[in-house]
Amino acid sequence: MAFEGLADRLQKTIQKIRGKGKVSESDVKEMMREVRLALLEADVNFKVVKDFVKKVSERAVGQEVLKSLTPGQQIIKIVNEELTELMGGEQSKIAVSNRPPTVIMMVGLQGAGKTTTTGKLANLLRKKYNRKPLLVAADIYRPAAIKQLETLGKQLNMPVFSLGDQVSPVEIARQAIAKAKEDHHDYVLIDTAGRLHVDEALMNELKDIKELTKPDEIFLVVDAMTGQDAVNVAQSFNEQLDITGVILTKLDGDTRGGAALSIRAVTQTPIKFVGMGEKMDALEPFHPERMASRILGMGDVLTLIEKAQANIDEEKAKELEQKMRTASFTLDDFLEQLGQVRKLGPLDELLKMMPGANKIKGLNNLQIDEKQIAHVEAIIRSMTKEEKLHPEIMNSSRKRRIAKGSGRTVAEVNRLLKQFEDMKKMMKQMTGMQQKAKKKGGFKFPFKPF
Amino acid sequence: MSFFKKLKEKITKSTDSVTEKFKAGLSKTRDSFTEKVNDLIARYRKVDEEFFEELEEVLIQADVGFETVMELIDELKMEVKRRNIQDPVEVQSVISEKLVDIYNAGEEASSKLNIQQDGLTVILFVGVNGVGKTTTIGKLAHKFKSEGKKVLLAAGDTFRAGAIEQLEVWGNRVGVETIKQTEGSDPAAVMYDAIQAAKSRKVDILLCDTAGRLQNKVNLMKELEKVKRVIEREVPGAPHEVLLVLDATTGQNALVQAKTFKEATNVSGIVLSKLDGTAKGGIVLAIRNELNIPVKFVGLGEKMDDLQEFDAEKYVYGLFADQVEKTETE
Repeated sequence: MAFEGLADRLQKTIQKIRGKGKVSESDVKEMMREVRLALLEADVNFKVVKDFVKKVSERAVGQEVLKSLTPGQQIIKIVNEELTELMGGEQSKIAVSNRPPTVIMMVGLQGAGKTTTTGKLANLLRKKYNRKPLLVAADIYRPAAIKQLETLGKQLNMPVFSLGDQVSPVEIARQAIAKAKEDHHDYVLIDTAGRLHVDEALMNELKDIKELTKPDEIFLVVDAMTGQDAVNVAQSFNEQLDITGVILTKLDGDTRGGAALSIRAVTQTPIKFVGMGEKMDALEPFHPERMASRILGMGDVLTLIEKAQANIDEEKAKELEQKMRTASFTLDDFLEQLGQVRKLGPLDELLKMMPGANKIKGLNNLQIDEKQIAHVEAIIRSMTKEEKLHPEIMNSSRKRRIAKGSGRTVAEVNRLLKQFEDMKKMMKQMTGMQQKAKKKGGFKFPFKPF
Repeated sequence: MSFFKKLKEKITKSTDSVTEKFKAGLSKTRDSFTEKVNDLIARYRKVDEEFFEELEEVLIQADVGFETVMELIDELKMEVKRRNIQDPVEVQSVISEKLVDIYNAGEEASSKLNIQQDGLTVILFVGVNGVGKTTTIGKLAHKFKSEGKKVLLAAGDTFRAGAIEQLEVWGNRVGVETIKQTEGSDPAAVMYDAIQAAKSRKVDILLCDTAGRLQNKVNLMKELEKVKRVIEREVPGAPHEVLLVLDATTGQNALVQAKTFKEATNVSGIVLSKLDGTAKGGIVLAIRNELNIPVKFVGLGEKMDDLQEFDAEKYVYGLFADQVEKTETE
């Protein structure tokens, strides 16, 4: 059930084309079918997909792809560019009213994450913009929703305005704004109850709140896992309330998040932020190019390559490659390699960027602990020169000494030595593979495997 | 169109408020889905490749899931060839037949819960954030209570702000007690407490809430495994049901959710929530077809009694009610 990324999908078609010398229009058509399926699998709405594919195939047939030697890559490039463009530039700005307080209304379906996002947004306003927000608990329907916002307020040490669940949300909003003026709050964040976009009575309630408070921003909060229905929800909320922006939540999950594209296409309003976790600081600006890669299931190869180029010392890399090939790779080199890789940033993020990394068995569930790398470094540094060059001389008294010196256990020293042995074996195989691949003119590692 | 007649007969035999409610709750689903199928059929004079492509899109738009759609389309194509069908109107009945087939693939899945005749039944609720676990527990507590069972709730969501209170409010509404600890405590410990309380109070059914968690958070999934282990250790044979609550608006990711939660907690059934709101319920097909987890309940509203036992035939009837009525008048 693992979903295939666009690159994998196109690979099949390209293999068929290979050897033909020239790509025909029908080949492009076939590739477009793969593009279409990849987007559908990512939950992009089918109408949006249709328009999108039409646009892409015009561009593809028109020029670039037919003449290209690498049609697959060309298609991916075009798709990626168009996707990024469609989702718009970076737009994480929040309106400021010239007559404070600035009012922000949070709306959406049940369970999208409005209350949590309200807390995160308030936190961001205070931290980044030095504002003084007032949180307003206007969800009088869901049991303990008010309590939830109050608890978040306490965690953030921020005031929460509530009148219990017996007062109408419109009245709560009215009094909250009066209170905000009195206490000199410059932002008012109104957390409304989750509701169905087809629930007329409750949608009218939102219109009333809007009428009364004249909000500067109305944020539609949408679960990133939403399927085809995202279009209906977004369209309906937008038509009735004229939303000013979208916040996509639960993007720390493993959904492709095609809803982002659908929503953007039907509302033409920017996606401003994405929720990346349950903590109060896990609200990030929306990056259209990253979202594009994610929807296509390609990983963020560009960033990875950029990072690698910026950080890996060419000469040292060559030297290492040579060593790997001749299998004269020592623990010292390993230490060096670790340092180089660590320069690239947190390891689990690197892995996420790697295309196909989610396919490697076991890697998907791998939680990389940065501390463990520090431990490995400590262990290697506690070895003598001789030991590093010839780990086979290791005996139990040496191991005990190393363990003591690095503050780790003998078992950990053993594990490292075992891993190093395995790695050397793997390297032999890999360099073999790489050489074969080179002959075929195919795949090359973007950076040296470690 | 004997299929519809058969279905209709079956349903009318049990004409009760449940069917009506199902129909009402699914009206939006039905409207849009049937409308589209009808639309499609009206537009085409001939069953050809283009027709199937369009049909594929209609199904995908109902969030049925790509794999299931492909399978369905392939089978339809075969069937159309076999019966030599030229007229799209005839395909209509084949589509419905195949949909029911997919629901009932393999053994006939029952929506009945595994309730112990005597002694304690433990039901564990799992799912991602915001799907409606706590609300479902409230509704189910009401159902069991009105059946004369003694019910106890375990507030195992110790993470999200206000989650414990939310369950307590439901407990008070329904009139059942809630076992809780403070926010931030170990959910496995809450379960232990709740089971001891359930045993000493001679409770029939213990409903265990857990915190919502995204299925790719390994540590949180491990925590869930631990919660389940504690329940297993304290009550032999428990948990008797592990119900995964799925939001009906969720797209393809619902399949990954079902798969991962099944691996971690051996999910025995699904509660499809918020089916009154979304225009589609197609994900049910994909889950049954690809993972063979039966749907036990559907949430069709926000009221206490808006939880209905899942019935594949009624569900399909809800989807195709218009067509059944048309057949009747013919």
